[in-house]
Amino acid sequence: MSMLVPFGPQHPVLPEPLQLRLELDDEKVIAAMPVVGYVHRGLEKLAEQKDFIQDTFLIERVCGICSFQHSMAYSMGVEEIMNIEVPERANYLRVIWAELHRMHSHLLALGLLADAFGFENLFYTIWKVREEIMDAMEATTGARVMLGACCIGGVRKDISPEQAKFVLEKLANFEKMFKRPAEVILGDYSVKERLCGIGVIDGKTAYELGTVGPALRGSGMAKDHRMTGYAAYGKLGFEPIVENDGDCYARTKVRVRELYQSAELVKAALAALPEGELKTPFKGNPLGEAAVRVEQPRGEVLYYLRGNGTDKLDRLRIRTPTFANIAPLLRMLVGCGLPDVAVIILSIDPCISCTER
Amino acid sequence: MSKAIKKSPWVVHFNCNSCNGCDIEFLACLTPTYDVERFGVLHVGNPKHADVLVVTGSVNNRNKHVLKNVYDQMPEPKVVVAMGACPATGGIFADCYNVIGGVNAVIPVDVHVPGCPPKPEAMMDGIIEAVGILEKKRNGETVPPPVLPVKTVKGPEAPPMTPEMAAKIAAAKAAAAAKAAAAKAEAEKANENQEARAE
Repeated sequence: MSMLVPFGPQHPVLPEPLQLRLELDDEKVIAAMPVVGYVHRGLEKLAEQKDFIQDTFLIERVCGICSFQHSMAYSMGVEEIMNIEVPERANYLRVIWAELHRMHSHLLALGLLADAFGFENLFYTIWKVREEIMDAMEATTGARVMLGACCIGGVRKDISPEQAKFVLEKLANFEKMFKRPAEVILGDYSVKERLCGIGVIDGKTAYELGTVGPALRGSGMAKDHRMTGYAAYGKLGFEPIVENDGDCYARTKVRVRELYQSAELVKAALAALPEGELKTPFKGNPLGEAAVRVEQPRGEVLYYLRGNGTDKLDRLRIRTPTFANIAPLLRMLVGCGLPDVAVIILSIDPCISCTER
Repeated sequence: MSKAIKKSPWVVHFNCNSCNGCDIEFLACLTPTYDVERFGVLHVGNPKHADVLVVTGSVNNRNKHVLKNVYDQMPEPKVVVAMGACPATGGIFADCYNVIGGVNAVIPVDVHVPGCPPKPEAMMDGIIEAVGILEKKRNGETVPPPVLPVKTVKGPEAPPMTPEMAAKIAAAKAAAAAKAAAAKAEAEKANENQEARAE
């Protein structure tokens, strides 16, 4: 006999309101059904009411965790419609802030995952490391979360040599401080008990269900949108990180390795930072349409924009990575025990605020 | 008992309709760098254990019942702290069709912390102010509701559509359609070429 257990919306493990209706047979999950809409605001419609320059700052508020990448994707879309060439220095600065954002997001996700399997000390330790990255962002842009640094045609803030030195110091601190938590999360016996072999999804199924980001790369598929070399990624030499097991441990391992990779990318971008203008001035309104994809911490985000020649956009559509990852999540949950549900949900690093906008 | 409430307020956090910005900053308050636990503030998951309700984000039609439910489950005396611009007035999302407005629309708010998102230091100030109000409420004093730093402002109405504007939009739409048709024709042509080559 099966029974229905509501998981959420106000749950100690979930930072955001998401409800999963779990059909249980004893302690085993037979089926899961998501119930969404608790954080729906109607942002896409609001973006059609504000003008396209104000939208840059509205769209940062799609999600507070990956805000810079949202404004970057939107700006890239408008630049594509209006044929604006972004200065080289702006492209490098965008990569630096995008990668800092990826680092803070991955650290946040790892910390919350540690909290989900009840390792509170590890949660606090990882979040302490995360503050180093937040300091680097605050020193370069003046804000910790909503950077407001990206604008159409380039960037609004610059990184001076002193600031670059500070960021490098913070990255060195990060590597020193993260060494021990990384050992624990990847090597500890009790952590492995909670992660290995849990929520397995094979590469083919994951690909067919449209999985994106670390959840797909943890299943052995080398798909990362940074490989296409948008912004300055093409010049920095990017290789995606892949793990083959497809379980929670593999997804965690992808995130840990990506943290070090992002730190290397920031260092490389700071070393190769070219001189020049910060933004290209432009005139007129967008006319035409564009679809832009950007790799976020959680996977690939798709922006579709259509301009009608006025200062208001005709349509803005956002397909976020968590939306793509919900279908594979429901597949992963089938057959697991009730105590593993929280761990599996946090192993895809859900961002409900993005998904519902 | 009373001493314990004064010294150690327990906090429950509810994400109403937020973009996560305030939530992660509030979580950062709990972690070692800021560490509100040194003031006795403890983050709990159950509203029945809590003295202070921290709300982030504005209210929409779906979560107003959940918010009211969480608030009603808390024992008296209780204090509500609204973190950020959205729970004050709706913030940047005030004009959205699915946003009713600030948290004030559903439950009474005692402390507003301004910012989008506020810095962790400001959030800690807000919670410490809430402790003072909690103490007053426990002594049976009435606490006047806070004055909002800003008025709730709805955005200006869209200007009426003039014939010139309508013509401009129609022309733009036609141009976009022509561009799309040309792109489609080109794609079809490329497809045909490919088929021909395949044959």
